[in-house]
Amino acid sequence: MLEIHHLHCGYGHRAVLADIGFTLREGELLCLLGPNGVGKTTLFKTILGLIPRQGGQILIDGEDVAHWPRPRLARWIGYVPQAHTPPFPFRVRDVVAMGRIAHHGLFASPGAQDRRIADAALDALGIAALGSACYTEISGGERQLVLIARALAQQPHILVMDEPTSNLDYGNQLKVLAHVRRVAVEHELAVILTTHHPDHALMYATRALVLDRDKRHAIGEPEAVITESYLRDTYGVATEIHAITRRDGRRSHLCVPAVG
Amino acid sequence: MDAGSRSAPAPHAPAADATDGRHGMAALPLRFVLLLLALGVIFVVSFAVGRYPVAPGTALAILASQVVPLTPTWDGNTETVVLGIRLPRILAALLVGAALSVAGAAYQGLFRNPMVSPGILGVSAGAGFGAALAILFGYGMVGIQLMAFVWGLAAVATTWAIGAAIARRGDPVLVMVLAGIVVGTLFTAFVSLVKFAADPLDTLPAITFWLMGSLASIDMPDLAAAALPIVLGIAALMAMGWTLNVLCFGDEEARALGLETGRVRLLVIVCATLVTAAAVAISGIIGLVGLVVPHLARMLVGPDHRVLIPVSTVMGGGFLLAVDDFARSLFAVEIPLGIVTAIVGAPFFLYLLRHSRRGWN
Repeated sequence: MLEIHHLHCGYGHRAVLADIGFTLREGELLCLLGPNGVGKTTLFKTILGLIPRQGGQILIDGEDVAHWPRPRLARWIGYVPQAHTPPFPFRVRDVVAMGRIAHHGLFASPGAQDRRIADAALDALGIAALGSACYTEISGGERQLVLIARALAQQPHILVMDEPTSNLDYGNQLKVLAHVRRVAVEHELAVILTTHHPDHALMYATRALVLDRDKRHAIGEPEAVITESYLRDTYGVATEIHAITRRDGRRSHLCVPAVG
Repeated sequence: MDAGSRSAPAPHAPAADATDGRHGMAALPLRFVLLLLALGVIFVVSFAVGRYPVAPGTALAILASQVVPLTPTWDGNTETVVLGIRLPRILAALLVGAALSVAGAAYQGLFRNPMVSPGILGVSAGAGFGAALAILFGYGMVGIQLMAFVWGLAAVATTWAIGAAIARRGDPVLVMVLAGIVVGTLFTAFVSLVKFAADPLDTLPAITFWLMGSLASIDMPDLAAAALPIVLGIAALMAMGWTLNVLCFGDEEARALGLETGRVRLLVIVCATLVTAAAVAISGIIGLVGLVVPHLARMLVGPDHRVLIPVSTVMGGGFLLAVDDFARSLFAVEIPLGIVTAIVGAPFFLYLLRHSRRGWN
């Protein structure tokens, strides 16, 4: 569905990432891992067309998106930014319905059909009860879920999420990730998200793209690319990655910091 | 906070809709009707305000007699006062108040900043320069208005051009606001230059007086000329209410949601500039209305621009009409409207800031 070939990105003449390539199919959850400032957000903005690419190809269904009009791109790729506060206290239901603007256009407002889709998106994330709350007054975790609901209301095929778990407490991190994985499967979405936790990638991702300090990248099964040596070389910390068996019998990998 | 599925009733459960009338859907139409009623009352009472006494009922009868045949129970002087003097002035106050308030509301959404006023991109300063220049050259009333309108547009075009040239990188909205401040300052300096060159006995006072803002000398043809851009601009901004909501989330998010923000921003700025320039051209510079009224409206009906823009139109018209009534009746000598709006508006605004945080935070 999404193919990226030899993508070079950066700001103006400054190159940030070079020669990135991967493909993504529906139902997949790709985790992007890398240190601060390595260019994860730059890559996202380039894929979303928010900053011009410096080279390479971004194909959706085999077609380069370079000259796609905004509404068409928005019907394919939904963006979940890091939760922040807008200057005015909109209702949660309205914030989610804003995801429909690519479908109804500039001089219209959401119709009954758009409202139904927005409500269904709230439902899908289990936050229907928040509908009439003020977006500025709910918690950070709820706000993140609202932004995911807005992106779902956009009815895209690809979801790009910028650190959806940053600023969330432990419980909300796990809940958001579980929701994301579930909607990826149920809505047949391809999801790319960034995280700072190797465990998130190991537990929830179908594949991982890891960037090291020198901006080299590797892509593959999470447990294949998130290795003890990658974590040591990139973050300068000693860790052990253990294969564990959960109580339900499923196998999984976990990252354990070395003590001392 | 529980971010996942909730079973227990939350503080923001849907049931809150019924009790929270401020933004409840059912309460909004009622609020709008009440506002229209208030506007109607101010409108009728305004005919009675002034040195020449006219009963509100008589004023209504005179107005009605223009549409349906009525036997006059009033004298010719009264009719002249109502139709020739007070009606154009009242309509002008409605039009200018609505224009400045809608432009302010649209800009506060567009620039995501509740402290923005319609003059933020330099339109008022440009219009002031145009008018000052026209007065210096000895143009007539129409010439002054045209020059004010054209230079208002020119100032904003300059701001846009500078903004577009600089904003290759970084936040285009912030760059635009900063460019607007620079252009505004520049045109204010040009106004001072014209004043410096003006004859201190007649031209200089005329310029100073124009800049203070007044609705005293407006006649029907002026009004008709200004009404076209104002009505068109307000209508277009009303149609873009939902889009303004989306723009409140910032340039990048709006683009990711599927808006061509560059084009949309230009469209909003063109509409707001036409509206403001036309208003300033007939009234001179009237401050604070475009800042205070959108706040009032937002406190009353919430931030949704689909509601906020129409409500700002009604409240802006009513507000400026009421203030103009004070301006022409408070003292034996009429005080320029721009001075009264500032004196009434400033403490009023501070009061609102102190007593209500609703509408923005």
